Amino acid sequence: MLERIGYIVIGIGVAFEILGCIGLIRLSDVYDRAVAATKCVTMGTCMMLCGVALFGAASGNWSMLVKAVICALFVLLTSPVAAHAVLRGAYLSGVPMAHTGAEDGFAQRAGELRRQHQANGQPAESAGQEQEASHEEA
Amino acid sequence: MKVLVFWIFAAALWMLLFWSANPAVIAGGCLAGLVVSLAMRPLLPDNLGRLLDVRRWFWAALFVPYFLYYVVRANLDIMLRVLNPDLPIRPGIVKLRTNLQSPMARMFLANSISLTPGTLTIDLDGQDLYVHWINISTDEPDRRGELIVGKFEPLLRRIFE
Repeated sequence: MLERIGYIVIGIGVAFEILGCIGLIRLSDVYDRAVAATKCVTMGTCMMLCGVALFGAASGNWSMLVKAVICALFVLLTSPVAAHAVLRGAYLSGVPMAHTGAEDGFAQRAGELRRQHQANGQPAESAGQEQEASHEEA
Repeated sequence: MKVLVFWIFAAALWMLLFWSANPAVIAGGCLAGLVVSLAMRPLLPDNLGRLLDVRRWFWAALFVPYFLYYVVRANLDIMLRVLNPDLPIRPGIVKLRTNLQSPMARMFLANSISLTPGTLTIDLDGQDLYVHWINISTDEPDRRGELIVGKFEPLLRRIFE
């Protein structure tokens, strides 16, 4: 019985992973794609791990259950941090948003961060500066 | 003190992941836990007394199902948007403020926002949150704060502050 539920949970997890992939293809820039990928992949992976944990409970293999649950918690805690790092890096190195005229509350802070980097002696990429200029024009 | 608590936690996690009481595993866990907790020392939170507060644990236990509900809703939301032929999105980055004071609470708030419907935290600067929102539904700043930050702020304040 538990095993059957485990299969169902893993199936749902895989379905959400597929949705995340469809989102990756259909959405247009790195920011939107990261939104789709983060949410769907986090939940898909967590559900697969929960399914594995149910297998462990069904077969009396407790180490499997404990390890799967710990891994699920790690995925839940780390994937938003990774998404934040990817998006922040993308913005600071000048990846533009695909929708022209989109609201951009981060431009000012990003400019400050770039100036800080320059003040610390790290040369900002020329691409970043060009993008900054185009952001200001928009 | 905080290093000791974190050391025990890290060693316990190591042993759970190995799932064996082999002396070599225990020794390795203690050693790795010590190295990690010493290296992370400046990042660890100071007020450990809060760990013993039962009320905080009660709110934390309440937070988990509340949070999981929003994770599921976020996924259904993405599903509907992605499968809709019109692709109903209006993306942009919005700036929000939070009243939470402790860094730990802000970290959890930012992570929770990243996993809930249509939003993803890009940066956290003091009390300012920069959030990428895939479908900006309102232009009023107050309403935005209510929609994104307001869901988790009261619970997180009870847990961490």
